[in-house]
Amino acid sequence: MTEVPLKLTAKDFRSDQEVRWCPGCGDFAILSAIQSFMPELGIPRERITFVSGIGCSSRFPYYLNTYGMHSIHGRAPAIATGLAVSRPDLSVWVVSGDGDALSIGGNHLLHALRRNVNIKILMFNNRIYGLTKGQCSPTSEFGKVTKSTPVGSRDTPFNPIAVALGSEASFVARTIDSDRKHLHSVLRAAAAHQGSAFIEIYQNCAIFNDGAFDVLKDPASRDSVLIRLEHGKPITFGATGEKCVVREPRGFGLEVADTASVPRSEIIVHDEAVPGPAYAFTLSRLSDQDLSNTPIGVFRRVARPTYESMVQEQNTAARTSATDSTPDDLLAELLHTGNTWTIR
Amino acid sequence: MAKQIQHLDRVAIRFAGDSGDGMQLTGDRFASETAILGNDLSTLPNYPAEIRAPSGSLHGVSSFQVHFAAHDVLTPGDSPDVLVAMNPAALRANLADLPPNAEIIVNTDEFTTRNLEKVGYTSNPLENDSLDGFTVHRVPLTSATIAALADFEVSKKDAERAKNMFALGLLSWMYSRPTEGTVEFLRQKFAKKPKIAAANVAAFQAGWNYGETTEDFAVRYEVKPANLLPGTYRSVNGNSALAYGLVAAGLRAHLPVFLGAYPITPASEILHELSAYKRYGVTTFQAEDEIAAVGSALGASYGGALGVTSTSGPGLALKTETLGLAVMLELPLVIVDVQRAGPSTGLPTKTEQSDLNIALFGRHGEAPLAVIAARSPADCFYAALEAARIALTYRMPVILLSDGYLANGSEPWLLPDPADLPDLRVEFATEPNGPDGKFLPYLHDPHTLARPWAVPGTPGLEHRVGGLEKANNTGAVSYVPADHDLMMRLRAARVEAIDVPDLEVEDPTGDARVLVLGWGSTYGPIGAACRKLRERGVSIAQAHLRHISPLPRNVGTVLAGYDRVIIPEMNLGQLAHVIRDRYLVDAVSYNKVNGQPFTSAELETVLEEVVRND
Repeated sequence: MTEVPLKLTAKDFRSDQEVRWCPGCGDFAILSAIQSFMPELGIPRERITFVSGIGCSSRFPYYLNTYGMHSIHGRAPAIATGLAVSRPDLSVWVVSGDGDALSIGGNHLLHALRRNVNIKILMFNNRIYGLTKGQCSPTSEFGKVTKSTPVGSRDTPFNPIAVALGSEASFVARTIDSDRKHLHSVLRAAAAHQGSAFIEIYQNCAIFNDGAFDVLKDPASRDSVLIRLEHGKPITFGATGEKCVVREPRGFGLEVADTASVPRSEIIVHDEAVPGPAYAFTLSRLSDQDLSNTPIGVFRRVARPTYESMVQEQNTAARTSATDSTPDDLLAELLHTGNTWTIR
Repeated sequence: MAKQIQHLDRVAIRFAGDSGDGMQLTGDRFASETAILGNDLSTLPNYPAEIRAPSGSLHGVSSFQVHFAAHDVLTPGDSPDVLVAMNPAALRANLADLPPNAEIIVNTDEFTTRNLEKVGYTSNPLENDSLDGFTVHRVPLTSATIAALADFEVSKKDAERAKNMFALGLLSWMYSRPTEGTVEFLRQKFAKKPKIAAANVAAFQAGWNYGETTEDFAVRYEVKPANLLPGTYRSVNGNSALAYGLVAAGLRAHLPVFLGAYPITPASEILHELSAYKRYGVTTFQAEDEIAAVGSALGASYGGALGVTSTSGPGLALKTETLGLAVMLELPLVIVDVQRAGPSTGLPTKTEQSDLNIALFGRHGEAPLAVIAARSPADCFYAALEAARIALTYRMPVILLSDGYLANGSEPWLLPDPADLPDLRVEFATEPNGPDGKFLPYLHDPHTLARPWAVPGTPGLEHRVGGLEKANNTGAVSYVPADHDLMMRLRAARVEAIDVPDLEVEDPTGDARVLVLGWGSTYGPIGAACRKLRERGVSIAQAHLRHISPLPRNVGTVLAGYDRVIIPEMNLGQLAHVIRDRYLVDAVSYNKVNGQPFTSAELETVLEEVVRND
C-alpha cells in the first residue's frame, strides 16, 4: 500500500489522463485552481470523491487523482447524496454546468440543497451548451442568438444564485474562473461549511460563447461592474469606491447609489449570516443579464445541521443495544418480532 | 340445540363491506385464528383505488378473501364458498364471483331503500328471487351488535362500528376457530380505550353466541389442521417478505443496506417497512423522484453499501438510464419492481406481469443485467436474497420482479434459521492488483467476470469510473473500436456467467407429454390447476422460472423433452416471446390482462384442452 504523504501538492491531485478541453476554455483555469487548492484541505486523496454529470465541465473527475464518478446528465447531486449519506466520512464534491444543474438536473439540485446534504456543488456557468455545440442554456440571456435560437431566445434565464437561495441553500457563493485568488477564497469557505455549498463559477466557453464574462475581467471595465462581497464590510465598488449598495426607497430590494450622495450609515454592510434568505436574494437581483452590478463572493452562509448527521443520529438511536448482537442474532430478532405461532 | 358438525377439506371466505367497515382487519383476524389452528392458508385483499370513496357505493367496496385447508394451499381461492356482505354494495360487487350453492351472510340492517338505490338495485335482492341457488343467512348485524352492547358505556356510533367483530365472532363459530388470539388482539389494540376494547370483545362473543343459538345456523364446520412442517411461523405478504429479505441480505453480507425510493403503488410498503428497520442496518432515503431514488442507491453502492431501489412499472421506466450506468460501472444494485397493470398509469392497484420486457430489454444500447422473479408472497424473501447474491457476486444491477398479487397476498411462512441462509459476504479491494503496484479497476475475475469493488476511502486505489466506454483492465476512457467490442461482449458474458440452478420439473407420474412453463406469481394458480388435473388422472408437467436472465442452462433440454409447451402469463406473451426466440420452440401462449390473477379453474380448463389436443 502506498503511504499517504503528509504534505500533498497540486501535482498529487493530477491524474494520468490527458486533459481534453478546447484551447482557451475556462475549465483549465478552474481545474488548475482546484488542484492547487485541494492540498489545503488536509484530507487524504482517498477520502475525496468528485461526482459529475454530463457536459464539458463534467469531464472534471477524470483529471483529478481522487475517487471519481462521471455519471449521467443532471443526476450528480442525486448520486452524490446516496454516497454522502451512506459515507459521511468522505469529502464529496459535485461538478456540474448550467445545463446539467439547472435544466435536466434542476430537480436534484433543488432537493440536495434543501436537505443540506454535505456536498460541495461547483456549477460552471458559461451560459451555453458547449458539449452539444452551442445551444442556448437556462442561463443564456433573453434574446440570445444560438444554433437552436437563430432569431433569439424567448426564454427568461434563471438566476442561479436566486434559485439556490429559493431552495433553502445554507451556503451560496459566486466566483470567476480567471480569478484564482478569489476562487480559492470561495472554495476555502465552502469546504469549511457543514452542509450543502452551492458555488456558481462564471466560466468562459472559448468556442460557443467566447468573452461572455469579459466585462467582469477586463481591467478597464471590471471595477465598475464587479461587487466584491466581504462579510462585515460596507458594500462599495468602483475604482475609488464611488458606488455603493443601499435599500430601495420603495419595496424590499437593494439598489446601487453614488457613495458620495448617501450617508455612510445607509450603505449596506454585508452580512452573509443573516438567518433569512431575503437579503441574499435581493443582493442576487442587483445584477442584470448584462452583468452590471455583479456581486461575487459569499452571498449566504448559515449554520444548519447536515442531512447525513441527522440520518446518522436516527440510525444510531435505533441501533443502541444492537451493536453487541451478531448479524444473525439481529435477523432472528427481526423475524420473530410481532405475531408468530409455532407448529409442533 | 345440538348443531350438526360437517368436516370440510378446504374453504374460501370473502369478507366484503364498505371501506369504513373494517373488512381488512376482520379478514386478517380470521386468517390469524386459522393459522394458529394449523390450517395452511392464503389471503388476498382487494381495496378500492379511492382513498375515501363515498360510503355505500360500489367503488367503495373493500374485501378480504381467506382460503384455508387441511392440506397445503397454493392460491387465495378462485371463488369464495362464503360471502359476508356488510351492505348492498358489497353484495352487488361480489355476487358474480360466487359459485352456485355458495353461502351468503348479509347484514339486513343495511338493506334500506336508500342504500339499495345507491348501487342501482330497483328491488331488494333479499325479497325477490335473485339469490335463489344460494344459501342466504339474513342477519341483522348492526342492530344485533347495538343490542348486545346496550349495557356498555360506548356511544351508539362506537357500538355500531363493532359490527365487524360480531361478524367475525359468527364466522369464528361457524368454522370452529380459536378465539383467544382475537380477544387478546382487541385488548391490545384498544389498550388506551378499555371501554372500546370491552365493547369489541363483547360484540365478538355475541357473534359467536348468535351462531350457537340461532336456528338459522344449523351446521357448523371443521377444517382439520394441515400437515405443516414444525417450526415457528408468521404471516407475511409479498412486500413484507421482500423487505425482510433485503434486511437479511444486508446482514448476511455484513453490509449496510441503502434503499432509495419514491412512493408508488403497489411498492410503497417496502419503503415503509424498511424505514422502520434502521436497527438492522438499513438506511432509507425518500428521494425527490424515481431517478434520484435509483441514483442515490447507485451512489451508496459505489460507497460500499448494498444499494437498493424499489418501484413499480412507471418508476422502472424512469430509472432505465441509471441502470445503463450501473451496467457500465459494474457495481452491485438491486432494483425491485412490484409490477402493476400498465402502460402509463394503467391500473395502479391491479396486478399484471407487465414488465418482463422492460426488465430484459428496456435500456438504450445493449445493457444486459440479471432478472429474477418471486413466485409467492413468502418466496419474495428468498428472491430478495438471491437478487442480492447475484448483484454482490457479479457486480451488476439485478431486477427483481414481484407484482401486486404477491405484494398484497399473504401466507404463513416457516421462519428460517439465519445461519442456514446464503453467506453473502464480499471482499472489497484493498491492494493494487496490477503490475508496478498499479490499480486496475476493470481487471475481471476469471470465473465471475466481476471487477474489484474498491470503495472510496481505500488508500492507493483512487480511480475514476463513468458512463463513457472504457478499456478493459485500466478502465480508462477509450474510443478504440476493439475496446468497445470487447467490453460489450464482456458485459453480456458476465450475465451468462451467473451460477443459476437448473430448472426443476414437477411431473409426479413421469409420463407427461405437455409442460406448463411459468414465471412469477402465476406459480400458485398453475400449481393448483396441475394438481386438480393430476387428481383426475391427467398427466401434466410443471416448471417455474426463478431466473429469466440468465435462463437456467438446462431449459432447452427440458423443453425438448415435451410434445407441447404452454406458457400462461398475465401479459400478452412476454416470456413466450423469449422462449420461442431463444429455443425455437413452438410454445403455446395463454394470456390474461384484465388486472386479475389467473384462477386455477380457468387454467385447469386451458391446460386440459392442450393435453387433450396433444
